[in-house]
Amino acid sequence: MAGPTVPKVSRGNPMYILAQQLVNGLILGSIYGLIAIGYTMVYGIIGMINFAHGEIYMISAYLFTIFLALVAVFGLTSLPVALLITLVATIILTGVYGFSVERIAYRPLRGSTRLAPLISAIGMSLVLQNYVQLAQGARDQALPPLYQGVLRFGSAAEFVQITHIQLIIIVVTVVSMAALTYLINYTELGRACRATQQDRTMANLLGINTDRTISLVFVIGASMAAVAGVLITFNFGSFNYFIGFVAGIKAFTAAVLGGIGSLPGAMLGGIILGLSESLFAGLVNTDYKDVFAFALLVAVLIFRPTGLLGKPEVEKI
Amino acid sequence: MNLALALKDSAVAALVSVALFIPIVGMVLDGRSLDFQIVRALVIVGGVFVGRLLISLLVQSRAGRLVNWALRPFTGLGARLTATIESRLLFFLLGAAGMLILLPFLPFTTNYLIQIVSLTLIYVLLGMGLNIVVGLAGLLDLGYVAFYAMGAYSYALLAKHLNLDFWTAIPIAGMLAALSGCVLGFPVLRMHGDYLAIVTLGFGEIIRILLVNLIDFTGGPNGISAPRPTLFGLVFSRRPEADETTFHDFFHIDYSASHRYIFVYLVILVLTCLAIWIFTRLREMPIGRAWEALREDEVACKALGINHLTTKLSAFTLGATFGGVGGALFGAMEGFLNPSSFTFIESAIILSIVVLGGMGSVTGVILAAVGITLLPELFREFEQFRMLVFGLAMVFVMIWRPTGLLRLRRKSFARIAHADR
Repeated sequence: MAGPTVPKVSRGNPMYILAQQLVNGLILGSIYGLIAIGYTMVYGIIGMINFAHGEIYMISAYLFTIFLALVAVFGLTSLPVALLITLVATIILTGVYGFSVERIAYRPLRGSTRLAPLISAIGMSLVLQNYVQLAQGARDQALPPLYQGVLRFGSAAEFVQITHIQLIIIVVTVVSMAALTYLINYTELGRACRATQQDRTMANLLGINTDRTISLVFVIGASMAAVAGVLITFNFGSFNYFIGFVAGIKAFTAAVLGGIGSLPGAMLGGIILGLSESLFAGLVNTDYKDVFAFALLVAVLIFRPTGLLGKPEVEKI
Repeated sequence: MNLALALKDSAVAALVSVALFIPIVGMVLDGRSLDFQIVRALVIVGGVFVGRLLISLLVQSRAGRLVNWALRPFTGLGARLTATIESRLLFFLLGAAGMLILLPFLPFTTNYLIQIVSLTLIYVLLGMGLNIVVGLAGLLDLGYVAFYAMGAYSYALLAKHLNLDFWTAIPIAGMLAALSGCVLGFPVLRMHGDYLAIVTLGFGEIIRILLVNLIDFTGGPNGISAPRPTLFGLVFSRRPEADETTFHDFFHIDYSASHRYIFVYLVILVLTCLAIWIFTRLREMPIGRAWEALREDEVACKALGINHLTTKLSAFTLGATFGGVGGALFGAMEGFLNPSSFTFIESAIILSIVVLGGMGSVTGVILAAVGITLLPELFREFEQFRMLVFGLAMVFVMIWRPTGLLRLRRKSFARIAHADR
């Protein structure tokens, strides 16, 4: 199946296997968390499941690889500089995709029935998938490994390894989360976002351009998905036009798990999902890891319907 | 007429489309290098610019207002369609469907056409099932394909392991799907709408993963053969096995492969008409009204003494039954099943039939099912653009008519009670 897979682990001491799977799970979980932010923010602000979000992530993987090749065409040889330029360009252009999807498929449906935007989103997701398939071909794309460095803990035979790329993933995830938290909690834009989320009509009356704020939320969500897409491509190096679907439902699961509408919840849900999936795959069975992930979701929703960090919903009559 | 504004809008649109299309359409990844196809990207960008400009100018002109107005009257028709009117028209509807019995005997009919129409009818049947769940009870089910798969595989597996024939296996397949709907529904129906959506989506994926991985039981990705249908023990093959009698021998006619297609087609037609009839009756029954009331206001229903759990559960179970029967019929028609027929896309197609057609409406769902299955067949030459156009159509129909083509409206209860007297 397409989508992020869990890398192989060294045989031997179960403690090392466990530790290795924890590391892998953490990496996978941060990716899920980054994508989940897009779902959770959009759901928080306009109450719809943005089904096309997984495809935005998929597009960012393509954009990243295309820009990397383009930079090489222009003869830039310094890898860190090339990566930085590529990352920024990918984030911006993925943001444009997020903006356009909202503008075309969701904005005309504002204030319409609850199901209409969902159907429109499913349609948009089909459009994006097939658009990329038509434009780029259906074959699997591969990115050659760019960094080979590895940190190893333990003896030569039994070890836990963390690749440099995995370290970069953790650092970039932490930095983007910090930047996002700052943006939402301490800036004018973030205040507008939170106000719109709480009460759109009132925010509008107080002079906040809510349409623009909603667009902004889509752009932020898409940028986070772009970071995830860049990191995952960087790590696994292979992708196709279909990766968005599985990653999308996993990330949405993560968002629901953590409590939809909550930013730390999305990250927490992502990490829990990544860890449990990775542990299940390493210790029990790889074929059924997705089954396990969904079973976990159902269990959480039965016992804690608002997710781990979600606020209980009070029904007003 | 404000030309400057239109030009400005078009320029912005073109600029955005440069960002969208130049990298993805204009630069094709080819291993580590890029294959530059800037021209086709620029064609799209130009198209966006011109298209946006024309739309801007049209909207400002008198002709544009006329077009705007011309798209309106449809609303009037949709608004007037109520459940009562539809129920009264049911006989015409079923009569029209009954005319389809003649289809196999028309001179120009081919096996291909019969199969396409059979598939359309199966989608109508599935649409009716999901219409109960989504349209009437308002429970968003994104994993309806699970019940469809359940029915199809039950049919194939029952025949394989227990040697059950077509007529026994179909109701049992329906019942098994109903059971799975009930078992799934019980824990999850307490959840709020969108959580239900994601859990049912997960359930659909779980079923598909099980179908792929339980290789000894389901045949895995290689699939499983579903048995041929029989008519009172008569088989539709050229040569009979040991103790069988073939259809063409019994009736002393020449063997033709199309007998089997025609037979399955007629069974599907009858069952689909039955489903339409059941759906229309259910809608008028107290349980149907309870579903609709629950969709509109759960708290009020609880206060009025409607048991919301059993009411929702009955909708879910009935919907699953329709799905299961549809799946079994699909199995009988295709003769071969594999998990790739039961992906999320299938759920999305069935859901869009219900939502595009208009939730709760029979006529709308039939129209949408016909449109969604027949239109792609008409444009077979453009096979590769099929799903792209399908997605675009979903988006634009939703924008044009967010409540579906024919949204069913109920007159207020007082007036219906009065009119019926």
